[in-house]
Amino acid sequence: MSHTHELPAAAAWSAPVRAGRTVRLTALGDNANASVLIVGADRLDRLNIPDTLKSQMSARIKPGMVLMSDRGQALATVLDSTLDWHDCLTGALPGRLLLLELTKHGFGEADLHGCINFFSKVAVSDSASLEFVPGHATAGDSVTLRADQDLLIFISTTPHALSDLPGAGVAVQIETPEHTEDPELREEAQRALRLTRELIA
Amino acid sequence: MTVTATTVGLDTVVDAGDGALVTVPAGGRLRIVDLYGNQAVDTLFYDAHDIDNRYSAFDTIREQRAVFLTTGSRLLSTRLDELAVITDDTCGRHDTVGGACSQESNVIRYGESTRHQHACRQTFLRYGAQAGIGQRQLTHNINFFMNVPVTPDGGLTFEDGLSAPGKYVELTASRDLLVLISNCPQINNPCNGWNPTPIQLLGWW
Repeated sequence: MSHTHELPAAAAWSAPVRAGRTVRLTALGDNANASVLIVGADRLDRLNIPDTLKSQMSARIKPGMVLMSDRGQALATVLDSTLDWHDCLTGALPGRLLLLELTKHGFGEADLHGCINFFSKVAVSDSASLEFVPGHATAGDSVTLRADQDLLIFISTTPHALSDLPGAGVAVQIETPEHTEDPELREEAQRALRLTRELIA
Repeated sequence: MTVTATTVGLDTVVDAGDGALVTVPAGGRLRIVDLYGNQAVDTLFYDAHDIDNRYSAFDTIREQRAVFLTTGSRLLSTRLDELAVITDDTCGRHDTVGGACSQESNVIRYGESTRHQHACRQTFLRYGAQAGIGQRQLTHNINFFMNVPVTPDGGLTFEDGLSAPGKYVELTASRDLLVLISNCPQINNPCNGWNPTPIQLLGWW
């Protein structure tokens, strides 16, 4: 099974993704940005950026990280990416597009939670001030996630809120791989995966 | 404990591991005092008249291009409304990236033996219920007095606090607010100096 959907820039889309399938996002142009919200199988448990970051001692999203929920579940694993920095500290502009997409599934403003801005980098200085890095992503850059439980994924291609460059679209390819192996994961990430696999077994 | 704002303001102590829901009217000043030092105070802010209009950590970080909060920081909502401004701060900086401990995240980080320890998200739910604040309404919070350095190479660590006995942070409400507090009971990392302690809440309005 394989399904590909191309989002133009400044668009939004959402899709249910079954456990075990992979979601590959590919930048269709330079300076693409994909702001992504994820909701778990029970439609209540959401991606929790602080828990994801502090359990893996990272302030950015990169390959080899498990994306964790409010309730300590593994939602998805970042299997690989051509980029080792995806922003997750600066959110999306109050997202009418994302909010509309949430509304289609019965969600609302209360569900606008922290998102990942795939393909974008916001550098942190020694004094912890932030600066958007232009040109971080170029056409063809990609990131592949594996759904570790049934998911709803919400994607907006609105340009990054700190960027004054025109954005680009993103292709979303969802497929059932024959076999995927866990990348090298921290002990905490392995624990989240094990607990999730036990719970949804 | 449940705190009700009155015309004479507020002066109360929140024990380690306990919480509070405080109503602060527009223009009111709320001071959080780290009585013994090195205590993390997990805090959420809501528009008192519309709890969907709530504190947004990442909107606050992005609009001010700063990871930490200190004097002058504007606390913004998901609609980019200003909820409050930090108008005084004797500590220096406060975290809004590290989030709140939960039973489940404790299991991930420290193992199954910590599952039934006290945790901030449970305190949030307990005190938030009376205002209709449930699981969906819990969002990424501020950790006053907590030290979570973010490094230029994208690392993140928990460090010993920068706070000390008697240091405080003071907020001025830009609109009528509900302030939901969990005085963190976390004992598995240095955020409370391994020893959770009481805080004091002072209010003038």
